[in-house]
Amino acid sequence: MAAAADQHQRPQPLPLLLLHRFASFNLSFLPVLRTKYTVLDPFADPPDPSFPTLSKSARVMLCVGPKPVTSEDLDRYPSLEYILGTSAGINNFDLAACRRRVIRLTSAGDVFSVDVADYAVGLAIDVLRRVSAADRFVRAGSWPVQNEYTLGSKVSGKRVGIVGLGSIGSRVAKRFEAFGAALPTTQGSKSLTSALGKTGVIVNVGRGPLIDEKELVELLVRGEIGGAGLDVFENEPHVPEPLFGLDNVVLSPHKAVLTLDSFAALEELIFSNLEAFFSNQPLRAEVELD
Amino acid sequence: MLATIARRAHLSRPSFSFTHPFAVLINQSLLFPSHLNFSTTSVARPPLSAAKMEAIGVLMMCPMNNYLEEELDKRFNLFRYWKQPRPSEFLTQHAQTIRAVVGNASAGADAKLIDALPKLEIVSSFSVGLDKIDLNKCKEKGIRVTNTPDVLTDDVADLAIGLMLAVLRRICECDKYVRRGEWKFGDFKLSSKFSGKRVGIIGLGRIGLAIAKRAEAFDCPITCALTPETTHIVNREVMDALGPKGVLINIGRGPHVDEPELVSALVEGRLGGAGLDVFQKEPEVPEQLFGLENVVLLPHVGSGTIETRKDMADLVLGNLEAHFANKPLLTPVV
Repeated sequence: MAAAADQHQRPQPLPLLLLHRFASFNLSFLPVLRTKYTVLDPFADPPDPSFPTLSKSARVMLCVGPKPVTSEDLDRYPSLEYILGTSAGINNFDLAACRRRVIRLTSAGDVFSVDVADYAVGLAIDVLRRVSAADRFVRAGSWPVQNEYTLGSKVSGKRVGIVGLGSIGSRVAKRFEAFGAALPTTQGSKSLTSALGKTGVIVNVGRGPLIDEKELVELLVRGEIGGAGLDVFENEPHVPEPLFGLDNVVLSPHKAVLTLDSFAALEELIFSNLEAFFSNQPLRAEVELD
Repeated sequence: MLATIARRAHLSRPSFSFTHPFAVLINQSLLFPSHLNFSTTSVARPPLSAAKMEAIGVLMMCPMNNYLEEELDKRFNLFRYWKQPRPSEFLTQHAQTIRAVVGNASAGADAKLIDALPKLEIVSSFSVGLDKIDLNKCKEKGIRVTNTPDVLTDDVADLAIGLMLAVLRRICECDKYVRRGEWKFGDFKLSSKFSGKRVGIIGLGRIGLAIAKRAEAFDCPITCALTPETTHIVNREVMDALGPKGVLINIGRGPHVDEPELVSALVEGRLGGAGLDVFQKEPEVPEQLFGLENVVLLPHVGSGTIETRKDMADLVLGNLEAHFANKPLLTPVV
């Protein structure tokens, strides 16, 4: 009789949630996740002895940041049915493998879009008006000595080309319209030099591989394009050193999404989708794999 | 939308009771005292030939723009004030020749200079701000004054938004961080979102309205404030109202802000951040600000683009030529 009473009182185990991340990437809301889910962390310190067994039963994976999910990874987790990404981008997932395994995928959707659009405009103004360079100039104590700072280039009224007019691109367009910008539609991909010319400026808040980085660096060093504002790079956190000495370049460590507001929105989305999955409700920001 | 804001400005003249404002901007429309109402009738004189124009003495107060200087040199008899080893002797010597002064935001025409130049007819400023010109004295003596409005409105408004983004999103800090080789994978510091934040604008003239138009594209609600007093309009009270999450952007004139108060508010963390293009005594910038990552410091570059400075120079030249050819001034203030 005591044994039967025991069974009723033992709490139900929390659903398994497999974490997939680089060791250096943490998630600020991990502690809250642990109150609702049994989080299986490959980098638990000390290591979790139940990880190898339990991970094989996990139905859901939370992939933090840019950690790739390959078909080999998917082979290690045979019970996987659903992966949550925490980025707007999905280039780190082997989509074909997910499709084969019939694994559902959600991303960060548009929780970051406003902040990325703001940042893109901020980078553009910074490059054209030399804000960071001028700030360095003042802090170096050069203003009393040199008197006049180098003139920048007017932002308002410029022709702005936006590659990709989705959630982020359309918001960038709306902001630039208030600056009287002309927004030509870009068709196909031109070479950088033909699109920009000697005074044109490129801003990248998407993904490093969207631009041929080697070519870009050469063009900038040779002064064949006007400048660049870069938040993403081909091989982060590596940034080509020839860029460090250039005043017409603004460099940023992949931070376009990093605001308190964005992360609060991401947290809400993740918790909402997890609950939805485990209660068979529709998911938000689902990626079409077909 | 713009009309609504202008109307709101007339109807409600709030004092500094911001309800959770996020950014306060000060711009130059405060510098044009609206109570000064000058007529613009010109004296009848025959137009001058190019040769006669070249004999007209024009005094340029400081280096401000190579193109302007070259053109003034070509068209008039140009004197460069900053190159004179003994300025008062120089003024006495050339008092009968100098009929025009070209100044800017740093050096204009104060009462002393105006008194020293009895033949002065026109002051043409390479700026929209008029704080370095004794307007009352000019009116008294029938001296014309022109500035460079409109051509720089977009640039200053663009920079105001740029400063807000740079401060809130820590763009300059990020750039320094990467250049120092400090970027390690996965480390992230969160900054503050800009879109949707309340923006207070002090001074809703051309520039203020242009800022409002841009801020609205970021879904920022606009609060406006107008008062007749302009010096130290941003004082401790305003800074306290902004608080540790508030940001101050100054693209107007340094003296609008109580600078020592601003420095201590920032250093002590009572004010969340600042984007400053102008200072009390340029080019001096309080060094206590250099180490702060929530501050962006610029060397008065509000209108500092190649395109706009040329437009401003053309306005200065156009005004001078119009005056000496007895044609209507392009952008008269007095």
